[in-house]
Amino acid sequence: MSEKSSMDIDYVANLARIELSPEEKNKFQGQLGEVLKYFEKLQEVDVEGVIPTAHAFPRFNVWDVDESVEGFTSIEALQNAPKSRNDQVVVPKVVEE
Amino acid sequence: MDYEAVIGLEVHVQLDTKSKMFTRVGTGFGQPPNTLTNPVVLGLPGALPVMNRDAIEKSIKVGLLLNCKIADICKWDRKNYFYPDMPKNYQISQFDQPICEGGEVEIEMPGNSPSEIGSHRIVQLTRIHLEEDVGKLTHYETDSLVDYNRAGCPLLEIVSEPDLFSPEEVFAYLTSLRNSLVSAEISDCDMEKGQLRCDANISIRPVGTSTLGTKVEIKNLNTISGVRNGVEYEIRRQTKALNEGETIIQETRRWNPDQKYTTPMRTKEMAHDYRYFPDPDLMPVKIDSEWVEFIRKELPEKPFDKQRRYMEEMNLPYSSTSALCGDRPLCEFFEEAAKLSKVPQKIANWVVNDLLRELGQAGKEGEERRGLQNCPVTPQHLAELINLIEDGVVSNNVAKELFPEMFISGKSAKTLVEEKGLEMKSDGDEIEDLCAQAISDDPDAAEKFRGGKEGAINALKGSVMKATRGQANPQVVDETLRRLLS
Amino acid sequence: MSDHSEIFSLTGSEISHGIDNGIFSSQEVTLAYLSRIREVDEKVHAFLSYDEDDMLRQAKLSDQRRASGKSLGPLDGVPVGLKDVISVKGQPLTAASKILKDYRSPYDATVTVKLRSAGAVVGGRLNLDEFAMGSSTENSAYGPTCNPWDLNRVPGGSSGGSAAAVAARETPFTLGSDTGGSIRQPASLCGVVGMKPTYGRVSRYGLAAFASSLDQIGPFAQTVEDAAHLLEIISGHDPLDSTSYPTDVSSFSKILNEPIKPCKLGLPKEFFGPGMDDEVRKSIDEVIQWYRQKGYELVEISLPTTELSVPVYYVIATAEASSNLARYDGIRYTTRSEKAENAIDVYAKSRGEGFGQEVKRRCILGAYGLSSGYYDAYYLRAQKTRTLIRDDFDKAFAQVDAILTPTSPTPAFKFGEKSEDPISMYLSDIYTISTNLAGLPGISVPCGFTENGLPVGMQLIGQAFEEGKLLSIAHDYDRELQFGRKQPNL
Repeated sequence: MSEKSSMDIDYVANLARIELSPEEKNKFQGQLGEVLKYFEKLQEVDVEGVIPTAHAFPRFNVWDVDESVEGFTSIEALQNAPKSRNDQVVVPKVVEE
Repeated sequence: MDYEAVIGLEVHVQLDTKSKMFTRVGTGFGQPPNTLTNPVVLGLPGALPVMNRDAIEKSIKVGLLLNCKIADICKWDRKNYFYPDMPKNYQISQFDQPICEGGEVEIEMPGNSPSEIGSHRIVQLTRIHLEEDVGKLTHYETDSLVDYNRAGCPLLEIVSEPDLFSPEEVFAYLTSLRNSLVSAEISDCDMEKGQLRCDANISIRPVGTSTLGTKVEIKNLNTISGVRNGVEYEIRRQTKALNEGETIIQETRRWNPDQKYTTPMRTKEMAHDYRYFPDPDLMPVKIDSEWVEFIRKELPEKPFDKQRRYMEEMNLPYSSTSALCGDRPLCEFFEEAAKLSKVPQKIANWVVNDLLRELGQAGKEGEERRGLQNCPVTPQHLAELINLIEDGVVSNNVAKELFPEMFISGKSAKTLVEEKGLEMKSDGDEIEDLCAQAISDDPDAAEKFRGGKEGAINALKGSVMKATRGQANPQVVDETLRRLLS
Repeated sequence: MSDHSEIFSLTGSEISHGIDNGIFSSQEVTLAYLSRIREVDEKVHAFLSYDEDDMLRQAKLSDQRRASGKSLGPLDGVPVGLKDVISVKGQPLTAASKILKDYRSPYDATVTVKLRSAGAVVGGRLNLDEFAMGSSTENSAYGPTCNPWDLNRVPGGSSGGSAAAVAARETPFTLGSDTGGSIRQPASLCGVVGMKPTYGRVSRYGLAAFASSLDQIGPFAQTVEDAAHLLEIISGHDPLDSTSYPTDVSSFSKILNEPIKPCKLGLPKEFFGPGMDDEVRKSIDEVIQWYRQKGYELVEISLPTTELSVPVYYVIATAEASSNLARYDGIRYTTRSEKAENAIDVYAKSRGEGFGQEVKRRCILGAYGLSSGYYDAYYLRAQKTRTLIRDDFDKAFAQVDAILTPTSPTPAFKFGEKSEDPISMYLSDIYTISTNLAGLPGISVPCGFTENGLPVGMQLIGQAFEEGKLLSIAHDYDRELQFGRKQPNL
C-alpha cells in the first residue's frame, strides 16, 4: 500500500503537461502523498461484482440525426487565438513524437 | 535465412456524413480553413458532444458488410494525449467496447494476366471502432499551421489481425476494403483527401515458424502506392537487419514518401499512456437486433459476390467484371442497360471501355472522373445503340463514332442515326455499282484476289466502305465483291 | 429618476413585483445594483468583471418590452450575476484562471440563452476558485472574495463570488455551479439560499467543465422562493447536452406552498458525528425542533458509505478534471507562454504558468489516477464505490422524503486556515459531496447565526428530479424564519 502512496511526480506532471518548479515538485510530492494515503480507504471497500457508476442517471442512444448547421466564420474561430496566420492557428514547430 | 512478413493494418476511414461525429456543424473537403468549426469542434470551455446517429448506423453497416459481430452495447472513451491538431487534447474513441468485433475481408490476388481471375482469401479482422478525426497540421520552416475543419469528423478504425503476408496482399486488402466501403456509400475513400489512411504493423519471422517477430508500426502511409512501397521497404529493412545480426526493436516509424524510407518516431518506452476512461459527457449506444436487421436489409451486394454473379449468371468475361465491380454506380448503369439488351457481354464491354473513356474525357485535365449522375448517355441510350448494332441497323464502326456524339449531345442513338442518315446501306444496286467501280479502279487487287490471294479483297472492301463513309453493310459488300470477282 | 437607494435590499420577487407594478424600471434597478457594486465590491470582491453598458442596454430593452406589454415574465428586467465559468457571448470567461485572462466567449451557454428568453439582465462575472476547484474562493488568480459577514473570512467555494454577491446585495440572483458542494457550501457560509439541482436537470452546455459527471448549475438567492423561480427558468432538457435529462419541469414556484404531508425527514447518523462545530450542531438541532413542531416526522437513517465519499469524489473529480482541463493548452484560445520554443513547451509552460497551485495539484492527481497501472485501483474502484454510495441513498429514500443535514461542518473559516492542507480543505465538503456522487438535488437554507454573527446553513437532500418537493419542504421553513433576509453591515 505504501508504494501506492508515492507518485513519480515527474512522470505524471509530464503526462499532464504541466511544468513544475523544483519547489512545487517538492511540495506536491508531500501533499499528494498525503492525499494518496487518505485514498487508501478505497482499497478496503469490497467492490466485488459491483457495476461501476459512470453516469448518475444512465440512458442510451442520446443522439441527433445527421443534419448540419452553420458554424463559425474563421474570424470567430480564431478570435481568441494567441497567434494566427492565413486563417489558421500558428503553433511553434511541432516536434514529432 | 528466409523470412516471411506478417502484417496487420489499421485503416482509418472518414465516414461520409453531413455533420461531424459529435456536433452538427458541416463536414467537407477544401473549405476555407477553420470554417467547419463551432464551440464543440474547437473544444471551447463548456462545449459538449452529441452523437451523430447516422455515423453509428453507417458503422453498423460496415460491420455487417465485413461479417463482424455487432456489439449490443458500445460506449465512448476519452483517449488522452496532447497534440496541436486535437482541440480538446483528448480524442473521443472506443477503448474496450468497440461497435464491431471480429470480421473478415475477402481479398483477390492478381491473376496470371489481367484477363485471368486470381486467387481469393479471407483476411481476419480484430475489431472496428468509431472515433473523431483530428485537425490538419501544415508544417513550415519555423512553425506549423492548424486547420480544424477536419477535426471531429466521424472516423472508423478498421483493425485487421496480423493476417497479411506481403505488400501485394496489403494492396489487395486495401483495394477490396475500399471497393466495399465505396459501394456501400460509407465513404469515398479518397486517400489524397485523407478519407482513407493507413498504419501498418509489420514483423518478420523465419519461414516455417509460427511465433510472431518484434512488431514495428509504420505511420504516414497516405497513398496506395505509399502503402505498398512503405511496407515493402520495411520488410527489406527488417530482413537486412536480421541477416546482419541486428535485433529489431519495437518502435513506431514514419514512412517518408519522397525519400522512400522509414525513420524512427518513438520506441516502446516512449509509448503514450493514454489514460482511457469512459467519457462522462456521452451516454452509451444500445444496438438492438431490430435495428441491425433493418440495416442488413439495406446492404448492397458485396463487390466480389456481384463479380461472381456477373461471371456465372451473365457470362461476362473476368476482365469486364473486374473493371465493373469496384464501382457500384457503374454496375447499376450496366445492369440497367443489360436488362434492355440480349447481349450483356457487349454492354459490359461498352461500359468499361467507351463509357469510362468518355467520362474520363468529360472531366477537365487533372480532375477526377465525371460522375455518372450527370452522364448524358443513359443506360437506355446505350442499350438502344447496342441493339442497333445487333439488328444490323448500324455497323460497329459507326456505333463507335456515334457514341462520343451521344455523349456530347445527350441525344439517343436512334435520333442521331436518323438525323445523320447513318443507317447501314444494304441496298444491292447501289452497293453493286460501288463494288464494280472499286474493281475497275484497282484492277491490280482484283487480279491478285482472282489469283488466290484472299487478303487482296480487303483493299476493295476498304474503298467501298470509304465511299459510303462506313455505312455500307460489310456483309453485303463482301458477298457482292466475291460474286463480281468470280 | 426617483431615489430608489434601497432597491438592492429587496428580494428577487420584490424587485420583480416592483418592476411589474411600475414602482421602478429595470434601468433603475440595474443602476441601483451597479451603484451598490461600486460601493461595496471593493471590500467583498465578488465580481471579476461587469459590463455596465451591456447591462443597461439589456435593462432598457426590458423596459421597452414592458411598456409595449410584451413582458417575458417575472424575471424580465431583473439582473442575474453569473459565476465566471458560464459562457456569455462577447463577455470574458476566465474561470478565475490566468490561462483564460484574455478569452471572450463566442457563444452563449444554454442557461444564458434561457435567462435571455426570460428577459433577465445578464449581469456581471462572479469570482470563484480557479476552475471551480476549491472550497474558499482563495484559489482565484484574481484575488479572493471576502465573506460579507466577516471580511477576514472566506465566503466558501467554489462559487464564493456568487454567494457573496447575493449576501452583499450586489445582485438579487446569481448562478453558480456545484461539483461537490460548490453552491451549497458558500451559500451556507454567506447566509443565502443555494441549490444544486438533480444532475441532468439544468444543461451544462456552456459551463466550463470541472468534473462532467458531477457538475450542475444552480441558483443563489435570498429566499427559497426566489431560488425556485430562477431554477424554473434555467431547467429543462437541452439537446446540446447528452447528459441533460428529458423530463418535464414542473412549476417549482407554484408548488412551493403545497404542503407535503405527512412528510418524513431523515437524519443520517454518520453526518452528526465528530467534526461538526458545536454552534452548527446547535443551529441544526433548532431546525430539527422546528420541523418536528410543524408535524414533520424526523427519523435517524444511515448512509454507511459517507466516509468514502470524499476519496471517491476526489478520485473521480480529479480524473475528469485532468482530462477536461487538457484543452487549456496555449494553442487555440488560452494564453501562450512566451518562453515556449516548441509545441511541447507550449503545453507544459503555458499550463505551468497559467494554472494555480490547486489546479496543478488536481490535474496531476487526476492524471495519476487514470495512468497505466493505477486505473483499476483508483478510477475504476472509485466508480464502483460510487455505486455503493448511490445504493445507500436509494435505501434511505425508501424510508424518507428528504434528508436533513448541516451544509458545512463549520461556519466560514479564516483566510489561509486550510489553504496549505488539501485534506482538511477537502473535508469541508464532506456533507455535500455524496449528493453529487448520487446525482441528487440538494439545497442549503440559512438557519441561524453563530455568536460571532457568522451564518449557518442547513442542507436538505431530495430524491432525483423531485426538486418541487424539496423546495416546498425548504420553503416551509424559510418563509417563516427568513434568515436569508438578514443583511450584513458593509
